[in-house]
Amino acid sequence: MANLLENVGKGTIEHLDYVGSLDIQLWATLRAMKRVLPFVGNRYRWQASVRQMMEIGVDAMPMVSLMAICTGFILAMQGASELRRFGAIQYVIDLVAVGFTRELGPLLTAIAASGRSGSAFAAEIGTMKVTEELDSLRVMALEPVEFVLAPKYLAALISVPCLSVIANLFGIVAGGLFMFFSTRLAPSVYFHSVLRSITLRDVITGLIKSVVFATIIAHVGCLEGFRVRGGPDSVGRSTTSAVVKSTFLVIVADAVFTTIFYFTGKP
Amino acid sequence: MPIISVRDLVVEYDGRRVLDGLNLDIEHGETMVLLGGSGSGKSTLLRQIIGLERPKSGSVVVKGTDITRCSQPELKQIRLSIGVAFQSAALFNSLTVEDNVALPLREHTRLVPSIVDLVVWMKLAAVGLADFGKLLPQALSGGMKKRAAVARALALGPEILVLDEPSAGLDPIVAAELDELILLLKDAFQVTVIVVTHELPSAFRIADRIAMLYRGSFSAVGTKEEIKATQDPRVRQFLDRIPENIAKTPAVTAYFEKYMGSEEAYR
Repeated sequence: MANLLENVGKGTIEHLDYVGSLDIQLWATLRAMKRVLPFVGNRYRWQASVRQMMEIGVDAMPMVSLMAICTGFILAMQGASELRRFGAIQYVIDLVAVGFTRELGPLLTAIAASGRSGSAFAAEIGTMKVTEELDSLRVMALEPVEFVLAPKYLAALISVPCLSVIANLFGIVAGGLFMFFSTRLAPSVYFHSVLRSITLRDVITGLIKSVVFATIIAHVGCLEGFRVRGGPDSVGRSTTSAVVKSTFLVIVADAVFTTIFYFTGKP
Repeated sequence: MPIISVRDLVVEYDGRRVLDGLNLDIEHGETMVLLGGSGSGKSTLLRQIIGLERPKSGSVVVKGTDITRCSQPELKQIRLSIGVAFQSAALFNSLTVEDNVALPLREHTRLVPSIVDLVVWMKLAAVGLADFGKLLPQALSGGMKKRAAVARALALGPEILVLDEPSAGLDPIVAAELDELILLLKDAFQVTVIVVTHELPSAFRIADRIAMLYRGSFSAVGTKEEIKATQDPRVRQFLDRIPENIAKTPAVTAYFEKYMGSEEAYR
């Protein structure tokens, strides 16, 4: 019993420590963000941020697009198989459009970004720690948070919502293709129905989620890198941990935000 | 007044005392070698001197400022006057050698790019790497990486040059070349040099004074001649390369006494 209590206490303290570290890191990054911005900040940071945008955003576009197309098809087919029985196949359009804009676009993008970029952040920073590059920055009077983390965070804040919009588009297009091949619905009618079914609020809530997911992915990935202790083997562990924790936190955050938007939305 | 003054420095990791009340003065323009075996605490002392870690108690005064208690801006100013070359060189692998050297100049000065290029070329020429600036660090040999790290450490014209195990992992010829380079740079740039090493030939070649560490305490501090002449058994053991009987450590002795009743069993 004492052991159980001890373990629960230890686990709780470790998790609180982790959340506290994330908070401290987030505030430190927000303080450093003005030096990453274009025109007003340090141009080398902005250049680093643009390179990160290419890696997080542009390089991930094919994968995210393909994932969105597949998911769009799956959602449309599964929806159609049930709704057809009630003569309500036209609601597949609403299902795909609203489902992607509010939920699936941001979530799919976040899972892809977590696997690609969150793990890459952890591996990069972890390796920098093992090879003393982070210490090297500190002794050159450069802050690793500003030098390493802030450009990644800014890049994620811009790239992940953009990817999310692209995922929405491809998912909706995939739904349109299904509707065309299964019901011969004209694309123009499909897209007209899509525009009628989604509202600006759906788009904004999806983008808000994307920004939150980007924050989680960037900060969990970087924190896992900064917490690397020991040799190269711990870099591998931190990479895995970054993906697992950020995916878990993204889904929890999604549930929280969906609940908030559900109860604050118009009936 | 010494440029660096260490007073009653105590460092503990998880309750284990690593440095035990160290006192050391390093004068302007001298080369101080911190000598000692693995685990003796020399790298820990170095990390305290360059302000990477805070001690449990005691002080490290660099150029009149106690870096264990000063503010972050003060520490930053102190760091700008210290150039550090780490054991692993810690060059940024994504940057070319010349960009590595240019990094502190771009970050901390307002020099125009052509002047930065000129300074970088001079620093690389000083360490014999003028023709290798365009290469990435992974294209360099171990000795060249260490020289590139020294060039980067010299970039801002520091008053103090700190070298962590400069000849570790190098063949005797390259190690000897690096020793000569350190002597040359000390004369050319009039810097105070602190070198951590366990290589006896290097230590006796470059040192003005040697501080010998043994299990977190200084067993001897003096000129090369004084260290060579000392009769301290721990210094003699190190200088004369006498192996330690690992079966005689307190932990092993205690184990055998506990489980076998006597330490005779392992004699």
